[in-house]
Amino acid sequence: MPPLSWYLYVSAALFALGLFGMMTRRNSIAMLMSIELMLNAANINLVAFSAYLRGHTMVGQMFALFVIALAAAEAAIGLAIVINIYRTVKHIDADEINLMKW
Amino acid sequence: MEITGYNVAFIAIAAMTVTSAIFVVTLPNILRSALFLMFTFIGVAGLYVLANAEILAAMQLLIYVGAITVLILFAIVLTQQLMGARITQTSRNIVLGGVAAIAVFAFIATTFVSHFSKGSDMIAAQPAVPTSDPLLMIAKMLIQPYVLPFELASFILLVAMVGAIVIAKEDKD
Repeated sequence: MPPLSWYLYVSAALFALGLFGMMTRRNSIAMLMSIELMLNAANINLVAFSAYLRGHTMVGQMFALFVIALAAAEAAIGLAIVINIYRTVKHIDADEINLMKW
Repeated sequence: MEITGYNVAFIAIAAMTVTSAIFVVTLPNILRSALFLMFTFIGVAGLYVLANAEILAAMQLLIYVGAITVLILFAIVLTQQLMGARITQTSRNIVLGGVAAIAVFAFIATTFVSHFSKGSDMIAAQPAVPTSDPLLMIAKMLIQPYVLPFELASFILLVAMVGAIVIAKEDKD
């Protein structure tokens, strides 16, 4: 079985890539995709610690389950906002969105 | 490090996950990014299976691969002129972002991982195998100690559903 540190390395790599995408992308949908990458990195950590900690109680899996539920809500709301912004200003470039109200 | 089936499977799945994640954040075509995001999600589900979390892997496949990827693809199609030039996207601050990402990775790898990778009383060398049916354990935990967060999650999903419809609805005043 792989040691715990392998999971942590993969999760750290995914989190760093999500951060890179968040800082470099200008398209709002691509930024939301980067957030999903970071949430998945956190979930890998939770699941790995849930499996490798002594006194296995599955609490980490429970947390990951709730994180997935919240991520689903976040994706739905975020994409609805992006679609609404697109309807108003005809683009979704995060650098150019500077109006709260049209 | 001995070569076992589990280790080989882990390396293969982790390589697929990280490679697709790199494509997600670097490809200029956003549709391709979204499709590679799906591969990343599938790889994460594979990692869950290797960590004895089969239920969570099934949830990951259903929610992330099945629902969120399709949602993202819908949003891309609705917000870009398909077949036009707008499908490509540009990036900014690549140097700054790369430095920040490498710094965060190095920080996590040096402190966090080195702390937990050396033998500790709390960390087992092997992942624990569930003693009883994991689905039964999760169901009992959802009903017994986590019933309030469970109900709150359903409420949040309902609110998010109504909110998404209200926000994305076309204004016809």
